[in-house]
Amino acid sequence: MQRATKTTPDVVRMSGVRFRWPGARGFSLSIEDFVLPAHQRVLLVGPSGAGKSTFLSLLCGIVTPSAGRLEVLGTDLTRLSNTARDYFRAEHFGIIFQMFNLLPYGSILDNVMLPLSFARDRRERASRNGPAEDEARRLLQSLGLDAAELAGLSAANLSVGQQQRVAAARALIGGPELIVADEPTSALDRDRQLAFLDLLFAEAEAAGASVILVSHEEQLGTRFDRVLRLDEIAVSERSAAA
Amino acid sequence: MIVPRPIIPRLALQSLRNRALTASLTVLAIAFSVMLLLGVEKVRTGARQSFADTISGTDLIVGARSGSIQLLLYSVFRIGNATNNVTWKSYEDIAKRPEVAWIVPLSLGDSHHGFRVLGTTADYFERYKYRHGQTLTFASGGPFKDLFDAVIGADVAKALGYEVGDPIVVAHGLGSVSFIEHADKPFRVSGILAKTGTPVDRTVHVSLEAIEAIHVDWQGGMPVPGESVSADAVRQMDLKPKAITAALVGLKSKLATFKLQRAINEYAEEPLSAIMPGAALQELWGLVGTAETALSVVSAMVVATALLGMVTMILTTLNERRREMAILRSVGARPGTILGLLATEAGLLTLAGVALGVVLLYATLALLRPWVDATYGLNLDIDAPTQREWLMLASIVAAGFLAGLLPAMRAYRLSLADGMTVRT
Repeated sequence: MQRATKTTPDVVRMSGVRFRWPGARGFSLSIEDFVLPAHQRVLLVGPSGAGKSTFLSLLCGIVTPSAGRLEVLGTDLTRLSNTARDYFRAEHFGIIFQMFNLLPYGSILDNVMLPLSFARDRRERASRNGPAEDEARRLLQSLGLDAAELAGLSAANLSVGQQQRVAAARALIGGPELIVADEPTSALDRDRQLAFLDLLFAEAEAAGASVILVSHEEQLGTRFDRVLRLDEIAVSERSAAA
Repeated sequence: MIVPRPIIPRLALQSLRNRALTASLTVLAIAFSVMLLLGVEKVRTGARQSFADTISGTDLIVGARSGSIQLLLYSVFRIGNATNNVTWKSYEDIAKRPEVAWIVPLSLGDSHHGFRVLGTTADYFERYKYRHGQTLTFASGGPFKDLFDAVIGADVAKALGYEVGDPIVVAHGLGSVSFIEHADKPFRVSGILAKTGTPVDRTVHVSLEAIEAIHVDWQGGMPVPGESVSADAVRQMDLKPKAITAALVGLKSKLATFKLQRAINEYAEEPLSAIMPGAALQELWGLVGTAETALSVVSAMVVATALLGMVTMILTTLNERRREMAILRSVGARPGTILGLLATEAGLLTLAGVALGVVLLYATLALLRPWVDATYGLNLDIDAPTQREWLMLASIVAAGFLAGLLPAMRAYRLSLADGMTVRT
C-alpha cells in the first residue's frame, strides 16, 4: 500500500524502541521497526504474554521507552515531558479497554465526555455543532444505544456489550486521530463482536481516524486492512525469575 | 468555546456518592472528633469566662499573707480555707487610707447544709459585681436589717426550698453534716438573691455582727459549757468583730492600685496580702493550663485518629479503584490529576466532617446549656466560633487534605506501574 498523501504523516513510527518494566520480574519488549500509515485499520495479533499490553502502553505514551524513537502523528513521544505526553494522549488517542471501561459512579454521558475535560481541541471539535452533550448522544445513537433510555442509568447498570459501545463513543468523541483498542470484543459473543467492529469502523472512518486493535483472535482479521503479528515486530523477554 | 467544568471535584463527589455508606461513616467519625475538640475548647473558655465573670469591679482583695491563688479561691470562689484571719484593726487601717473608695469585709468559716455562710456588710450587695459589672439583685425580700437576718443565694433557696421568713440554723465549720450547730441562735431568711451563675448562688449571707454574735459564747471552736449567752442577751453586747477573713477593696483611681497593693503587702503590724483579681486569675490559668493542654492534646489525638480512619478507608478502596485510575490515565489524566482526585476526596470528607461536627456541637450546646448552667454553674455562651476556633477547624481540613495525599501517592505509583493494564 502506498503512502496516502505527503501531508499526512504516518500515524505511528517506532524504531529501536527498548522498554523494560521495573522490578525483578520485569518484562521487556523491543521493537526494531514499526510503521503504521494513516487511515488504516490494523489488527495486531499476539498470544497472551506476547507483550500486547506493553506495546499499547508504549504506543499511548503511558510508559516511555528507555531507548529508541517513538513517533505518533509526527511527534516523538520520547521527547515530550510527562505532562505533555498525557495531554498528547488526551488529544489524539481514543482508547478502549477489554472490559471495565467505565467509571462506575459516573453517568453514561459523563463517561462519554470524560476525555473532553482533558483535551481542548477535542472539546472544541465535539461542540462545533452544538453542545458536546448532543455529540455524545449522537455517537451513542449511531453505536446503537438509546441515549435517552440510558440517561438515568449509571455505567455499572449496563451490560458488557453496552459498556463497550459507551467506551467506543468515549474513544470517538471529539475525533482523535487514533483509536486504540485492547481486545475490545473478547467479552462479546461472535455476532456481537462483528457488529461492534462494524459500528466502530464506520464511526472511525467518518471521523478519519486510524484504528489499531489488539487481539489474540486472528479470525477477526477479515474486517481489517492489515493483520500484523506482534511477535514479528517486537521481541519480548521475561526475566529469569518469572 | 465552552468552559470546561472542573472535573476533579465533580469526579471526587461522584466517587464519594458511590461509596455513600463508608463515606458517611467516615464523615461521622470526623464530625464527632471535631465536636469533642471544639467542645473541650468551648468548655475551657466557658469555664475561664465563668471564673473571670465571678468578680468584677473589685480592684484589690485583701487577706492574711498567702499565695494569691489561694486568697482568690477562698475569698471569691469559696474554695479552700483561709490560713489566717485579718484583724479588725488592720481592716480599719486599710479602710481609712485615702485611695480607698469602698471596702467590704468578708468573714467565712461557718456553713449551712454544705453551703458556705458569709459574714459581710449590707454594702456587699451593692459593691459586689459580677459579669461585666452587674450588681446583685433580689428575687424576693431584701438585705438583712435585723441581727439574725440572712440573705441566701438562688441555689441555696432552690436546693433547700427556702422562702423569705423561713428560719435557718447555721452550723459551725464547713461539713455538709455538722454536729455542732449554732442552734441557740437561729436566723431568718430576709431575702433571696437572683441567680448569678457565680458562687454567690451557693452562699448564705449574714451580717458581720451576726457572725460575731453566734461565736460570742464559743472558745477554741467549741461552745463553752455553762456560759451560753441567749440570743436576746447577745443583742445587748458589743458585737464589733475582732477579725475577718478577707476584704474586697475598690479604689478611687485605678492608678493607685499598685501603690496600695505594696502598702498592704508591707503592712508592719500584720502579714497581709493584697491581690488584683485579674492577675490572680491569670496565675490560676497558668496553674491549670497543663491540665487544659492535656485535655486539648487528647481531643487532638481523637481528631488524628478520625483522619487516620479516613486514610484507611481510602486506602482499602484503592485496589478496587486501580481500574478507575487506568481509565482516567487513558483519557489523558495526568498522574497529578489522580493525586488531586484522591486528595480532594479526603479534603471533601474532612470538610463535611468538620461542618457536621460544628453543627452537632452547637445543637448539643443549645440543648445542654441550661442543664450545664444549673448543675455546674458554667455559663456556656453560644456564639460564633472565635478566630482561634476557625483556625483550628481550618487546620483540621488542611490536615485531612494532606492525609489524603498518602493514599493519593500510592494511587499515583500504582497508576504508573499499571500502565495500560486494567486490573480488577
